[in-house]
Amino acid sequence: MSGAQNSETPEAAASVSGPSVTEAPARRTGAGVGRVLVAVYAILALAATGRSVFQIIDRFGEAPVAFLLSALAGVIYIVATIALGARLRTLALVTISIELIGVLVVGTLSLVAPALLGLHSLDPFGRDSTVWSAFGAGYLLVPLVLPVLGLLYLRASRSSGGARGATRRAKA
Amino acid sequence: MIAGFTVAQVIVACVAGLLCTVLGLARRRPNDLTLGALVVVEVLLLAQLVIALVAPALGNPPHGSVPLFYVYLISALLIPPLAVFWGLIERTRWSTVVLGVAAFAIAVMVVRMQQIWTP
Repeated sequence: MSGAQNSETPEAAASVSGPSVTEAPARRTGAGVGRVLVAVYAILALAATGRSVFQIIDRFGEAPVAFLLSALAGVIYIVATIALGARLRTLALVTISIELIGVLVVGTLSLVAPALLGLHSLDPFGRDSTVWSAFGAGYLLVPLVLPVLGLLYLRASRSSGGARGATRRAKA
Repeated sequence: MIAGFTVAQVIVACVAGLLCTVLGLARRRPNDLTLGALVVVEVLLLAQLVIALVAPALGNPPHGSVPLFYVYLISALLIPPLAVFWGLIERTRWSTVVLGVAAFAIAVMVVRMQQIWTP
C-alpha cells in the first residue's frame, strides 16, 4: 500500500507536463492507470467466462469448437487479469499476446470461414457467437482493443521501471 | 422487465459512468459523489431484481432464457459493490475511473438483460 501512496506525488508532478504514461516515474505493472486496465479485464473475464459456461451447459452440441474457444478465451482473460493485478509481467505478456492472436485469428475465421468454427450466423448476440467472433463485435470490440492497450501498457510500465530506478539512485 | 424502467436505469448508469470517468481523469479521488453514483446504480439493480421476480406473476414473463437472464443480473449486482470496495481501499484517481468503467458495464449488461427478456 505504501508503494501505491508514494506513486501519487511524483505521478501528479509528472502529469503536469502531459498525460504521457512513459513520463510517470513511479509506474509499475498493476499500479496507476494499470488499475483501470485490470478492472476492464476483470469485467471482460466475467463476461466471456459467464457466457461460455452458459453456452456449454445449455447447448454444447450446437457449436462445440466455438464454445470451447470461448471458454479458453474466458480462462485466458481470467489469467491475464490476475497477472496484471499481481504484477506478473511475463504471464501478462504471454496471456495478452494469446488474446491478440486469438481475436485476430478467430475474428478472421468467423468472417471468412464460419463453418470451420461451426458457427451458424454472424449475429454478435446469436446463439453460437463467442467473445472473439467478428473481432468481438458483440462486446463493443473491447476484445480487439484491450490486448493492444495491454501490450502498450506493459511496454510503457517497463520503460518507466528504469526511470524509477534512476529516480531512486538520484535520491540516494 | 419494464422497458421504461430499463431506459431510466441505462441513462442513470451512463451518467454515473461519464461522471466518474471524467472526474477520475480530472484527478479526483473517489468521493461521496462518485461512490454515491455507484450506490444509486446498485439500488436500481436491486429494484430490477424485484421487478424480475414479480413481473412473471403479473403477466410479464421473460421471453428468452431465464438462467441466462439471472447470470447477467447476478453478475451485474456484484460489480458496483466490488468497484466501490476498490475505491475505498485504493484511494487514487484511477479508482474513480474504475467506478466509471463499472457503471458503463452495468449499462451494457442491462441492455442485454432487456434483449433477453423481450421477444
